[in-house]
Amino acid sequence: MSSLKPDNAPEFWRTLAEKDGANLGELVGDEFASRLPGTFDQVERRAFLKLMGASLALAGMAGCTRQPPEQILPYVRQPETIIPGKPLSYATAMTLGGRATGILVESHEGRPTKIEGNPSHPASLGATDVFAQAALLDLYDPDRMQTLSHVGEILPWSAFIGAMRTVMTSQHATKGAGLRILTETVCSPTLAAQIEDVLARFPAAVWHQWDPGSELNAAAGLRLAAGTDLSAHYNVENAAVIVCLDADFFSCGAGSLRYARQFARRRRPEGAGCRLYAAETTPTPTGAKADHRLPLKPSQVESLARALAVDLGVAGVGRGTALSADAQAWLTAVRADLAAHRGSSLVVAGEAQPAVVHALAHAMNAALGNAGRTVLYTDPIDARPVDHIQSIRDLAAAMAAGHVDTLLIIGGNPVYTAPADLRFAEQMSNVRLRAHLSLHANETSAISHWQIPEAHFLEAWSDARAFDGTVSIVQPLIAPLYGGRSAHEVLAALSDRPERTSYQIVREHWQDGGSTRQDPPYTPRPGVPPNVSRPGLARETRREVDPAFEAFWRRTVHDGVMANTTLPTRAIGPIGAIAAFSASPATPPGGIEIAFRNDPTVHDGRFNNNGWLQELPKPLTHLTWDNAVLVSPATMTRLNGTATPDFTGGERGQIHGSVVEIRYRGRAVRGAMFPVAGHPDDVATLHLGYGRTRTGHVGRDRGFNAGALRTSDALGFGTGAQIALTGDTFPLACVQYHHLMEGRDIIRAVPRAELAALKKEETEFPSIWPVLTDEQEKVADYKWGMSIDLNACNGCSACVVSCQAENNIPVVGKTEVMRGREMHWLRVDSYHQGEIENPKSYFQPVPCMHCETAPCEPVCPVGATVHSSEGLNDMVYNRCVGTRYCSNNCPYKVRRFNFLQYQDWNTPSLMLGRNPDVTVRSRGVMEKCTYCVQRISAGRIQSEREGRTIQDGEVKTACQAVCPTEAIVFGNLNDPNSRVSKLQAEQRDYALLRELNTRPRTTYLAAITEMNPDLATKNGHKP
Amino acid sequence: MPQIFHRSTNTIARVSIFGALFFVAGLLYLAYQIDRSPWVTQVNVARNQPIQFSHERHVAGNGIDCRYCHTTVETAAFAGIPPTKTCMNCHSQIFSNAPFLDSVRESFRSDRSIAWTRVHDLPDFAYFDHSIHVAKGVGCATCHGPVDKMPLMRKHSSLQMEWCLDCHRHPERYVRPRTEVFNMSYVAPANQLELGQKLVAENRIRKMMDCNTCHR
Repeated sequence: MSSLKPDNAPEFWRTLAEKDGANLGELVGDEFASRLPGTFDQVERRAFLKLMGASLALAGMAGCTRQPPEQILPYVRQPETIIPGKPLSYATAMTLGGRATGILVESHEGRPTKIEGNPSHPASLGATDVFAQAALLDLYDPDRMQTLSHVGEILPWSAFIGAMRTVMTSQHATKGAGLRILTETVCSPTLAAQIEDVLARFPAAVWHQWDPGSELNAAAGLRLAAGTDLSAHYNVENAAVIVCLDADFFSCGAGSLRYARQFARRRRPEGAGCRLYAAETTPTPTGAKADHRLPLKPSQVESLARALAVDLGVAGVGRGTALSADAQAWLTAVRADLAAHRGSSLVVAGEAQPAVVHALAHAMNAALGNAGRTVLYTDPIDARPVDHIQSIRDLAAAMAAGHVDTLLIIGGNPVYTAPADLRFAEQMSNVRLRAHLSLHANETSAISHWQIPEAHFLEAWSDARAFDGTVSIVQPLIAPLYGGRSAHEVLAALSDRPERTSYQIVREHWQDGGSTRQDPPYTPRPGVPPNVSRPGLARETRREVDPAFEAFWRRTVHDGVMANTTLPTRAIGPIGAIAAFSASPATPPGGIEIAFRNDPTVHDGRFNNNGWLQELPKPLTHLTWDNAVLVSPATMTRLNGTATPDFTGGERGQIHGSVVEIRYRGRAVRGAMFPVAGHPDDVATLHLGYGRTRTGHVGRDRGFNAGALRTSDALGFGTGAQIALTGDTFPLACVQYHHLMEGRDIIRAVPRAELAALKKEETEFPSIWPVLTDEQEKVADYKWGMSIDLNACNGCSACVVSCQAENNIPVVGKTEVMRGREMHWLRVDSYHQGEIENPKSYFQPVPCMHCETAPCEPVCPVGATVHSSEGLNDMVYNRCVGTRYCSNNCPYKVRRFNFLQYQDWNTPSLMLGRNPDVTVRSRGVMEKCTYCVQRISAGRIQSEREGRTIQDGEVKTACQAVCPTEAIVFGNLNDPNSRVSKLQAEQRDYALLRELNTRPRTTYLAAITEMNPDLATKNGHKP
Repeated sequence: MPQIFHRSTNTIARVSIFGALFFVAGLLYLAYQIDRSPWVTQVNVARNQPIQFSHERHVAGNGIDCRYCHTTVETAAFAGIPPTKTCMNCHSQIFSNAPFLDSVRESFRSDRSIAWTRVHDLPDFAYFDHSIHVAKGVGCATCHGPVDKMPLMRKHSSLQMEWCLDCHRHPERYVRPRTEVFNMSYVAPANQLELGQKLVAENRIRKMMDCNTCHR
């Protein structure tokens, strides 16, 4: 192997049609076919000409207007730290499934405009996921609940406090027997202390927890294995072999950003290497990164885990059902690899698998000596670990029996997310007083008496623990836009000091020594006045502030992490023969199996009204705006279903999928079928979070509600479902067929063993352009370039949302995506290699390449796209007249055109969130990736003022800054010591479509595979 | 058949064809002039302000440095319009009862901003940064003119792109020593070109001609 470029025809493919060898000419050629309704009414030719003539004349007139006068409103008293136009960053934290991820939020004169990761936070390390990036849009969402109301009547906050006082009086006699509090996972020490405080005064009251977004089975499995409540997290730095059992380890769950970074570092050429095996149902980014992926029905994963556990010598494990030959071969190789890496391997079970699989994974890790090295155990992170499923079941039963008088729902949307068999909405109607705190008016608010608008996490004080126990203070960036209240304030309404603010509550909690489960990070000094929030002490005293506390508090809020709060790791005893291990799983009945998964972009439905997440193509399927019934291509054929790509104006943005009815345990839903390569046969994956009936205007009537099928005894997957065609089709907006590779050589991969012998591609191709030498390109101090490592990228798409937030990129909506008009400046393509049944998948982020000889530049008639001295391909919006020649001439298809007025110029709340350093584009203008030129400008101005040059790493593009795997590196190519120069000098560096002689400044690093030689050929992957 | 047109028509036709060229050229020249006229650029047109604030009085009369009020001119893109507090630093003592300062005191009392009318207003797609211009030796007066002689603030320069580019192409014609940036009475020396070239080399002044310098 001497060169990266494969000799034969491309072995990679993007879409099933390409793999099947469909006639590409046919796909591309039928340019004007469309089944979409036209945007405008049919206009006659004469009317059209009249309108155009008038428009032209008026447009000429409009060009003559003078700028309208504007006003400047200075501060009356300017805050000390604020310099108008200079953003400030504040540390805070976002929670998902209760666990915190540290973030830094950029604030322009008090308006949060961008979220970055907090490098000092263990769960972030400077990166964020898509949800944290998109949280900004949730904050400014005009559809948020805006008023506190009681049965439709808008009331002040004091009315709610009064209502809670009445509740307390009436519950006093029964010690709170009729009082129930339902929360999501609580990892906030302050909130937990508040709830415990309520429970102390009302001992008969019950605290329930239900959080479909958190790791319920993982917690149950660990409880089963260790016999006590614990939390586990991983250290991938020490893992040379990782085995995932239906676990989307790199994109789901707390700590996933950290694991992804550690994995990517090990996989770098200079890293120690790490082989990843994944047995999974739904193709996920983790499976795509796996060297050996095994598609498996969800019910078979337990049998696979059992077989592996038996082989690894875990005591008392009964074997499950028989495995297929492929699975046996996979198992044999995995066993040998694990046995060879005792103490440096890792077995991870996924959330969709039942507790016993998690327990088996822990037992295997113990047997392999991984505990304490790759798997770390701590005391539980949850303030009060409970079995959520049992908890919500108990609540439903108590409501049904009429035992619940007052139900206080703190966040979440149980009416929508609770398992269907609990009939939560119906039971809830038996409760006399129902109060719900929520960001949006959702299904649960609809049947609650008190609807309380929740303060977004960027609007209120709180605190939370990360996956390893580290506490962060959640600090607000802006006063509540819609008068929202935090969970702390709602619970304070049940205390004898109901008017306290979240700030007072959180601060006093830590001032009093914080959590009781651990050494307090700040110990109150003797002599400091007693805790005024303690029950029975109504005396309002102004607290004397200990300077040591003030210093501790300021440091903690500033850093975003509280020092010395990481929970110490602890050993767990040997995991012996557990009863659950010996029981053999029952053979599943025939029919289709259903896998329920949280959606990759809207999660359990909580991000349903977020346009950025709705329009973000889901990894691997590239669906937007809807969920679908994901099946294998073979299953689709067997069911006589179809998924036909259709196109508008040459762009293939629609797939017409057969609508099927899924019948499962007496319930049925209808959804469009969509084939996914690598999906196991006779299984349908249904993503939750869609089919919402009460949400904002963005999320309404999108997809179908898979949760309507889910029952409490089978949350992860179910067996024995029937799927039948209904005869209808449904158009799905899918960007998979956009920008087809059309036979070109785009993706490269190289086995680790061949890295040393690899030679960089250096052939020169004939050109009609004068070819610039490197010296000729060096006209300025800086020569900007980017390197994208396909080996590191795991397709998480955080870069896409980050780019959208940084560069004011509009959301276009489903119809426009179906026309191929999505506006993302950066897309993450996925490519597959090998057979449809189990391909190896790769991800490729594609921004503008900033070609040195850019094909877009010479074709622009008005000079709106020109080259800068530093090598950027500038886009000048105010010159652009919208001919779109540049886009037609771009071989990478990275230019985006504002066909319509996509940007919302009317909603005041959305204006607050825009980046003031980037022009907001209007209709008729071309746009594309600028290498975040506003950040380069800021860096240049800063450095020039200080009389120096820009240092390497000083300017980071938005996509680079959030990347969990450090796949994107930007910098100065004139500096041979910059990181990007070194990466571009690597042997595996290659330019996309190099044969076109565009000399792109963005180049790619080939993926590195670490195949197990024993398995390489058997799995259908080329060695 | 008699001729329809008189002989002289030929002359009229020739003259009008020839004249049309001048007419079109004249129209173009007119458009060119209108676009650069104060009617469009608002150069030297004093704006109405809520308070009759005189730069002449404060700068020339009282000798207050530009940076006393425009505090962020050296650190940020925006030079900064002073908060009411800055006015009240002096005017709580001087002219503390003067009726023409009623709205300043009202602003300070009610915590409501004074709504000034923008005099120098760039279009929203152009990004200008004061701090770097000041750091490289562009004097306040180079763009803003003799502010110390303006009782009411007005634009001195058109702020049109050709005006920006004039200096970006030939910075040596305009830059001054960094120490003279805030000096309102600075007069360019006779050897400006020579001095300018020296300053351009010394202060690493680049001819920033890329579109992305201002448009992004």
